[in-house]
Parts: sequence; C-alpha cells; structure tokens
Amino acid sequence: MITVESVGITLGGRKILTNINATFHPGVPNLVIGASGSGKSVFLKCLVGLLTPQEGKILYDEQDFLSLEYDQKQELRKQIGMLFQNNALFDSLTVEENVEFPLKMFSDMSKEERKHRVNECLAKVNLVNSNHKFPSEISGGMKKRVGIARAIALPIKYLYCDEPNSGLDPLTSRVIDELILQITTDLNITTVINSHDMKTVNDIGENIIFIYQGQKWWEGNKSILSSAREENPELDNFFRASF
Amino acid sequence: MNFFTEIGRFMIFMKYVMKRPQKWSVFWKITFREMHNIGIESLLVVTLIAFFLGAVTTIQTANQLLTPSDLFPTQLIPKFVVGSVVSTSAILELAPTITCLVLAGKVGANIASEIGNKKISEQIDAYEVMGINSASFVALPKIVAGLIMIPSLIIAANFLLMTGGAVATKFTSALSFDDLIEGARMVFHPEYVQIMMIKSFIFAFIITSLSSYQGYYTEGGALEVGAAGTYAVTRICIFILFFDLVIAQIFLGL
Ligand SMILES: Nc1ncnc2c1ncn2[C@@H]1O[C@H](COP(=O)(O)OP(=O)(O)OP(=O)(O)O)[C@@H](O)[C@H]1O
Ligand SMILES: [Mg+2]
Repeated sequence: MITVESVGITLGGRKILTNINATFHPGVPNLVIGASGSGKSVFLKCLVGLLTPQEGKILYDEQDFLSLEYDQKQELRKQIGMLFQNNALFDSLTVEENVEFPLKMFSDMSKEERKHRVNECLAKVNLVNSNHKFPSEISGGMKKRVGIARAIALPIKYLYCDEPNSGLDPLTSRVIDELILQITTDLNITTVINSHDMKTVNDIGENIIFIYQGQKWWEGNKSILSSAREENPELDNFFRASF
Repeated sequence: MNFFTEIGRFMIFMKYVMKRPQKWSVFWKITFREMHNIGIESLLVVTLIAFFLGAVTTIQTANQLLTPSDLFPTQLIPKFVVGSVVSTSAILELAPTITCLVLAGKVGANIASEIGNKKISEQIDAYEVMGINSASFVALPKIVAGLIMIPSLIIAANFLLMTGGAVATKFTSALSFDDLIEGARMVFHPEYVQIMMIKSFIFAFIITSLSSYQGYYTEGGALEVGAAGTYAVTRICIFILFFDLVIAQIFLGL
C-alpha cells in the first residue's frame, strides 16, 4: 500500500503539484488520469523518488520514503517496476537483453533460467520473434511491451506505468490493460497507472484520481464516473476531449 | 551555476560513482568493453600523432640548435643535445599532455554524449528506479578503463615519438640516429618516467570523470547532448593544462 500525504512540488520556479492526497491499495489497478501537462508523470516520478517533492509525505507500507537514505531507497526500488512514458529502453541492448538486465543485476538465476524467464515475460506481452532486435529497430508499440516485460521481469511489489497504451492500437491496448490487471491481481501488487484512455478507465478503473492543473480534482471509480461528470465540468471536459 | 556550486556537484557525483559495484561480473564485463573503446579504438590516432609529433620535434629542434647563426658562426652545441631535448620533451610533455589533449577530443566527447544520451532518454532514470546506482554504473567502468588504458597509450606514445624522431634522422645529414639515442640516454632520469606516469593517471581521471559528469547532468534534448560533448572537451583541455602546470611546478620548478 502506498499513501501520499499532501504532496506538493515546485520545478523550475513553477508549482507543478499542489496538496495531493491519495491511497493506493494492492491488488487493484489505481488510475491517475488528467490532461496532458497536468502533472501525471511528475507525480509518478515523485512516487519513485526521481523527483523530490518539497512538501508532503510518501509512505510505502508505513515506511517514510522521502526520509530514507540513498542506499535504503535503492533497496526499496528493487521491488519497483516502472514503465516510462517514452519507454527508456537501453538502446545498446537487444530486446532480450533489456528484459534480462534486471535479472542479471539482481537475481542469482543461471543463464538458462534467465533465458526462460525472459521468454516468459516477452510471451506475456505478446512479443515473440523480436528477441534479437534493438530498440531502434522495433515499433513504438513493441517498445512499450518490451518496457512492460522489463518492468515485470523480477518479482516486484509495486508497478508504475506511465501511459502504458499511448501509441498502441486498440486491440493491443486492451491486451496490455488486461495484462496489467492480471499481474496486479495475481501477484497482489500495488499498481499505479497514468492514463488518458477512456477505455482503460471503463475497463479497469477501480480507483481513479483525476488531476487537474496539478491538483487532485476528483477521486472515485468507474461506476460513479458518469454521475460525477454531471456535476464536475472539468472532469466532463476531460473525457469529452478524449473522444 | 557558479564555479563553486559546480565543484560541489562534481564532488557529490564522484561520491556516488566511487561506490562498490552492485554486481562485479557485470561491472568487469562493461569495463572490458570500455577498455576496448577507450584503448584499442584510440590506438591508431595516438600512433599517428605520436609518430608525426616525434619527427617534427626532432627536425625543428635540430634546426634551432644546429643552425649556425651570425652570433655563433660555428657549431657550438653538440649534436646529441637534440636527442636529449627531444626525448625529455617526449617523456615530460608530448607523450602525456598532447596524447591526452587528443584523447579529450576523442574519448571525452564520446563519453559525454553517450551518457548524455542515456540521461535525456531517461535510461539513467530507469537504472535508478531498478535500484541501480546509475552514477556508478555508467561512470565507474569508464573511469577504471581509462585509468588502465590511457597510461598504456601514453607509454606507447613515448616509444612512437622516439620512433618518429629516429625516422626523421634518416632524412637529414645534420643529425644521426646514434646522436639521437646517445642524447636520450645521457639525460634519462627515472624521475621523468615517474612524472609522466603521475600525469598519465591524473589526466586519465580528468578525461573520464569530467566527461562522465558532463554527460550525467545533461538536461534537454539532442542539441544539449552535442553541447555536453563540446563542453566536456573544452573543460578537460583546460584542466589538463592547468594540472600540467601544477605538476611541472611541483616536480620540476626550480
Ligand atoms: N523537470 C522539470 N522541470 C520543470 N518543469 C517540469 C519538469 N518536468 C515536468 N515539468 C512541467 O510539469 C508539468 C507537468 O508535466 P508532466 O510531464 O507531469 O505532464 P503529464 O500530465 O504527464 O502530461 P502528458 O500526458 O503529456 O504526459 C508540465 O507543465 C511540465 O512542463
Ligand atoms: Mg506524462
């Protein structure tokens, strides 16, 4: 479980996030939605410590993340898998080596075991026969899937996905949504997904946070969404604009 | 950012870089690859430069010392002195400093843009989120490889400089190969080799650590990656020459 308490961050003299409160439970997908530039990526980066908020607290199962020493943070991060918005694949490594990389660094698996695990992860994201290609040689959607495969290669407790299906065709988008849902429930991990995909919200929106201009504007789930839209013009506009 | 905050940031960067590698097998594998990139890939350019530099220095030194002038109409300086001057310059200055200025352009720019590219494409962030100390992971193998390979290149450059000088004596009647070698023998001090090695290690560290630092703090896009490369080279050259002066004054200043 992750608890976010009154987090605020200023970057380059501009307040990007203000007073964000949220609780993310394991086993259900948590969605962060909002327009482009609203601060979703910044929020995820705060959660993993790539950016340090000036205000507030972030608790990983009661552990105060922001007050940890660097080494302790690194220890915790070994349990985190993250899919970056622009994938951040290692461009000097092949698809296979990208997925194998965290295994090489942090597991005691033998070469065969690693290979097996890599193929298992790549099969999970429906990516076969591209093992030996480099990131520059595969499509945007394929890169996304490699990114997910790499994020789930090790046994993780927390999964962050920054727009996992932007740039994917609708069919693959659903596959990815399904996959993230399945990983989340099967492994009972805490998953936070940034998205502005309406379909994703309707499919897996069990816990939704809507960020508007750096603030938490609305919180709820897919079943109360339509009624909330009637009384929340910003939320309504956001969904209107996505179609 | 002013000079002193930048020094501070460099120190903090080095504090993270100097941590124990998280997986030795991976570390050595990358280090060997870097040794190839830094050392073997630079061998040709270092060879050419050292050879020509040795030849040119010999020709010019001979010209300056052995040409009779109006003031000294007859030959006052023994020929072997040319060999002494050339070999001493080679050991003390040409091999370590010129080689490293060339490597600043080749190796330094390369490291800065490689790490800079990793930074702007968030690969550095990806390492961090996995729990990898990214500063150490990307920079330490390069620094270690540099500390092994650059001094080796400089030792090689020293021999190549003298080879260039030796070849140059074949094209002149003013100086013979034996003069050159005799002169070199006469002034050879083991301390000179020590000074050369001290310079080599310091310059190797400057080249690899400054360029890694410059790349690691790149912000922006492709344009900034290019700028990081240029910036790294300029700074490395300035620091190399500054430390060259400091070392010369400490060990050789009268
Ligand atoms: N390192 C930074 N320094 C300064 N400003 C930043 C930084 N990173 C992001 N911002 C600013 O923060 C705001 C929110 O950016 P963010 O990337 O979080 O948006 P987002 O909600 O993820 O949008 P998108 O859906 O397009 O990905 C933007 O206005 C951006 O310019
Ligand atoms: Mg974003």
